[in-house]
Amino acid sequence: MMLEAKNVRKFFHGEEILKGIDLQVEQGDVVAILGPSGSGKTTFLRCLNFLERADEGELTFDGEAYPMATATHQQIARLRRKTAFVFQNYNLFLNKTVLQNVTLGLIVAGKMKKADAKRVAVDALTRVGMADRLDSYPSQLSGGQQQRVAIARGLVSNPEIIFFDEPTSALDPELIGEVLAVMRQLARDGMTMLVVTHEMDFARNVSNRVMFMDGGRVIETGPSQAFFQAPREQRSRDFLRSIQDARQ
Amino acid sequence: MNERLWNIIVESFPKLLEYGLKVTVPLTILSFILALVIAVIVAMIQYANVKPLLPVCRFYIWLIRGTPLLVQLYVVFYVLPEIGIMLDAYPVAVIVFGFNEGAYMAETIRGALESVSVGQMEAGYCVGFNYLQTMWHIVLPQAFRTAFPALSNSLISMIKGTSLASTITVREMLTEAKVINGRVMETGGLYVEVAVIYLAFCTLLTWLQHALERRLARHGGTVK
Ligand SMILES: Nc1ncnc2c1ncn2[C@@H]1O[C@H](COP(=O)(O)OP(=O)(O)O)[C@@H](O)[C@H]1O
Ligand SMILES: [Mg+2]
Repeated sequence: MMLEAKNVRKFFHGEEILKGIDLQVEQGDVVAILGPSGSGKTTFLRCLNFLERADEGELTFDGEAYPMATATHQQIARLRRKTAFVFQNYNLFLNKTVLQNVTLGLIVAGKMKKADAKRVAVDALTRVGMADRLDSYPSQLSGGQQQRVAIARGLVSNPEIIFFDEPTSALDPELIGEVLAVMRQLARDGMTMLVVTHEMDFARNVSNRVMFMDGGRVIETGPSQAFFQAPREQRSRDFLRSIQDARQ
Repeated sequence: MNERLWNIIVESFPKLLEYGLKVTVPLTILSFILALVIAVIVAMIQYANVKPLLPVCRFYIWLIRGTPLLVQLYVVFYVLPEIGIMLDAYPVAVIVFGFNEGAYMAETIRGALESVSVGQMEAGYCVGFNYLQTMWHIVLPQAFRTAFPALSNSLISMIKGTSLASTITVREMLTEAKVINGRVMETGGLYVEVAVIYLAFCTLLTWLQHALERRLARHGGTVK
């Protein structure tokens, strides 16, 4: 098991937002986290990277245990070195160029030499098709381009898993495809990914497993094909139907 | 204009300009650097919510904003010696101007820091930065860009404010104009000359500000 989260609970202002979430991720898994808006998907993902502090929960990652409520700064730093996070609104460093966005973590946090960092960065940017925009600033890029750079920024540190929080939700419809294509390629290359998404085609065809959440609980987990063809739970069926209705 | 006055103005110009360049400009630069250091520290304490130091920062800003600059100069210049601290007028001026403008600039920088989205900070953490690395490489530069026009205003108001140093015996442009004025028994004309020199300094600064703003805009474009 590469990552295992057990009984993750989180309160906001006394309200229980995550009511004991369990998740297991194997190396090479692409897990789609589905669920209606407000069900706690973002909060759960952020807890896994300690952007949000869970009130309870056990995380095991890469053979190491991280008590989620009490992990130390050093533990959190170690976990973050082995993971990457892709945000819904990209969060590229606005005062840095494309190249700097990708190299800065390597140079400052990873103590890598500038020239080496640049080589690694250009490789990653080539993978996402952005190597021709090294000197552009985020404000000069489209949303889809920014998100691809953000993915490259995550890739350079050689993460064992990448967390994606609705990576295409802020994009104009015509830009979604280019980002999904990059993610599909990552999946083919064997990258382990945890993806909160509303893109049902991606969940069905690219992810191998689905976790469906509602109201701060896991309603159903299982292989993607099975989930889409024969959801076990009534709430899963309702959710899939509501999405189909919205499409028509 | 009568010829005598014109001659006085022409003859005094090099002297006044020299005082401007040798006293007013360095006094402004030193005070501004001090103000900037104070402002960044005070703003970061408030931004990072460093609890034990918050009351100190609030007291400082309250005190400075609630009293006139001229009075601050007098208090420091005349009260410090009474408690045994002897300082020349020039360092007193630097300290007072620095601490004074620092309070206003702290508010400017704090506002600018708060306008940087939390996502920038979180992205910093996710690429492995710690708090200070994120502040230094990401948040502060963006805040500085937002604060730049207001900081330029502070600098411009500071260069004019340094004329108050004449009241605590610092020999600067205005002091010199008064001296010449007393010697040649002229009234008014020399002060217009001083005003023109200040105007030239401030025009130059404004021009520099706009050039830098254009440069900042090129490097990173609009900051939302
Ligand atoms: N920082 C926060 N403070 C208070 N409530 C929050 C915060 N973040 C999320 N919530 C609440 O937690 C619930 C789950 O939110 P979220 O994890 O964003 O859901 P999802 O990503 O599934 O749409 C929502 O009701 C939301 O209002
Ligand atoms: Mg969400």
